[in-house]
Amino acid sequence: MPDALAFVVNGEPRSLEVEGRTLLVHALREGLGLTGAHIGCDTSQCGACTVLLDGRAVKSCTVLAHQADGREITTIEGLARNGEMHPLQRAFVEHHGLQCGFCTPGVILTAADLLSRDASPSDEAIRHALRGNLCRCTGYQGIVESIRAAGALS
Amino acid sequence: MIPAATAYARATDLDHALELLAEPDAKAIAGGQSLIPVMKLRIARPSLVVDISRLGLRGVAERDGELHIGPLTTWSDLIDAEPLGRPALAAIAECARGIGDVQVRNLGTVGGSVAHADPASDMPAVLLALGARLELRSPAGAREAALADVLLGPFTTALGLQELVTDIVIPLPETGSGSAYASVEHPASGFALAGAAALSTPAGETVALTGVGSTPFVLPEGDLREAIAAAEIFGDRFASDVYRRELAAVVAERALATARERAKEDA
Repeated sequence: MPDALAFVVNGEPRSLEVEGRTLLVHALREGLGLTGAHIGCDTSQCGACTVLLDGRAVKSCTVLAHQADGREITTIEGLARNGEMHPLQRAFVEHHGLQCGFCTPGVILTAADLLSRDASPSDEAIRHALRGNLCRCTGYQGIVESIRAAGALS
Repeated sequence: MIPAATAYARATDLDHALELLAEPDAKAIAGGQSLIPVMKLRIARPSLVVDISRLGLRGVAERDGELHIGPLTTWSDLIDAEPLGRPALAAIAECARGIGDVQVRNLGTVGGSVAHADPASDMPAVLLALGARLELRSPAGAREAALADVLLGPFTTALGLQELVTDIVIPLPETGSGSAYASVEHPASGFALAGAAALSTPAGETVALTGVGSTPFVLPEGDLREAIAAAEIFGDRFASDVYRRELAAVVAERALATARERAKEDA
């Protein structure tokens, strides 16, 4: 039996009916049309579905939609403001932080959590924070440089 | 993958949670970082998930010579917790920093880890070395039990079906104590192939191992190498019993050496 949930997504109140088993990533993608949270694995390992829940990075494939009821969610679609890219998005463009881009939304939201705790993280701290985000294109050097640059901007 | 159909109920208080858990095949969910992955693989198919994540029971505090860790305290909370700054308690945050990844640490809870009883879970080893006990509640009332008596085997505890952990209590080590955690992880899963937590106090030393047996356990007192040689240690396709026993000795010695160093700083 579906239940009605209400949460704030990218700053706007949204409501949705979901089943008990519905994962947050499915609620976002299929219920709200926010397809920026990607599904890259079945095992909670890849981090492509990472979103911010009350400001903290979580894998939306490993949260029941019900658990997000009444809380604030930020997806990649919510980072740009008034048509201006978020500093992390700009840094990823400028520093070649992506190739195919599939992992990028999750990587950027994980980085947003990191930079909210530490605006100038060491490369070691950046790499430690990226442990739950897999990039299969070309390695992490460009990603680390992008996050370091975004930290310096903010 | 999509979990099998299940009902969901959010507990409003502890008694409500215990009442909801009366449903056959109900499962309590806190951070969900162990339960949801196995629900997605349909290894777990609860009829009802009872969400206990908003019950409070979160945070770290010192009271009357004891450290209290609320079971809903997340790994991220532990890393930042003020009372854990002492060298005697350093193993807790050190261990928490290495668990999973930041997304898992933001949701996963210490009580969930204890109740899940994964044989390779990290924090139970630290809690064992520090001599932790659990406060438990069921419809029959409250009781307490040493953590060592609660961990029975792989994913198996002495908790009743309608019983929840309400507090994790550690006696504060005396001044001049140090603790540490060291592990060697499986590179893909991140779980410990062998992990060791050590507590060094003026009165003596305790070492607990994880990842090497059916459950995390405390080594008997005495010579470390001899105790590890006599311990029941398993092998699998990732690490033979011989290799795992050697790894256990390496991480135990590393943890103990760091704990002894830290003990010198504990004032």
